[in-house]
Amino acid sequence: MTNFPSSNRRSILAGGVTTLSAAGLVALLGSSLPAEAKRPNRPGQDVQLLNAALELEHEGIAAYQIAAESGLLSADVLKVGITFQSHHKTHRDDLAAAIRRLGGQAATGKSIAEYVAALGAAALKTQNDVLKLALQLERGAANAYLGLIPSLEATEFHLLSARMAGDEAFHAAILGNALNEPIPQKAPIFG
Amino acid sequence: MARFTFRTMTGALALGVAMATGSALVAGTEPPRGDAARGGDLYRVKCGGCHSLDSNRVGPAHRGVVGRRAGSAPGFRYSKALATSRIVWTPANLDRWLTAPTLMVPGTSMGFRLGSPQDRADVIAHLARDASSR
Repeated sequence: MTNFPSSNRRSILAGGVTTLSAAGLVALLGSSLPAEAKRPNRPGQDVQLLNAALELEHEGIAAYQIAAESGLLSADVLKVGITFQSHHKTHRDDLAAAIRRLGGQAATGKSIAEYVAALGAAALKTQNDVLKLALQLERGAANAYLGLIPSLEATEFHLLSARMAGDEAFHAAILGNALNEPIPQKAPIFG
Repeated sequence: MARFTFRTMTGALALGVAMATGSALVAGTEPPRGDAARGGDLYRVKCGGCHSLDSNRVGPAHRGVVGRRAGSAPGFRYSKALATSRIVWTPANLDRWLTAPTLMVPGTSMGFRLGSPQDRADVIAHLARDASSR
């Protein structure tokens, strides 16, 4: 077993970090990241980003509504779809509350007809078509939330985004299973 | 008995930072060559939550984006920051954008970052090859 006097270990770590801060990080990052990287916190930026996430949730809610009213789903699948839609409604409400807390105005959704056109929903002919579209949206949403985290300024929204990514990944896993998709062999599966 | 020295510790930390930030951030490193086919798969799973080639959704339609001026997709409502940015979507600008959009255009609504230089190169190659104007 290796024993280190704790003060020595701390000084080694501190020395390493100091060296990286002064030389390594500047060399790695300094010439590549724009000056805006040093900007102070901008709540307005988080409002913009959270509103885009809210638009994503509006679209997800609409997609499940379109699916529910399509007449293409079995009773069991419909029940699952309604449950997933309720999760997206919770996401919508949480995002809207966060936006209002920052002093922003929460985005409202589009009409169902606009979502039908944007998602190509008129082309859906079978339950499998619906499930494939849902999987595409949920998988994309999970990745979108994970990719959003480093751009959000406030730490509380990192957690919010990560929680939603987890929910979307859960939905995607269930949908993938329903479509008999093979289990991904390589990790990480998302992000 | 394991022995750790100052040099091995700083070396390990530097390697970790380099891996985390991506080699393209190192000054002078050429961006990797893009694989359009792989980029198409990545586009569907990474970008498909918000974007389509031919529909304005959460984000604008991407058909013809390479070479297009930012904020100019017909019918899409852009943030003021992007609409007035005067950026043209060259592959190099798309790479900067996908690296950290809020740092490139503060005030944008797009926050999604694609951390891997290879993934960015592949998606950009897909957009250039498969999503050109019809």
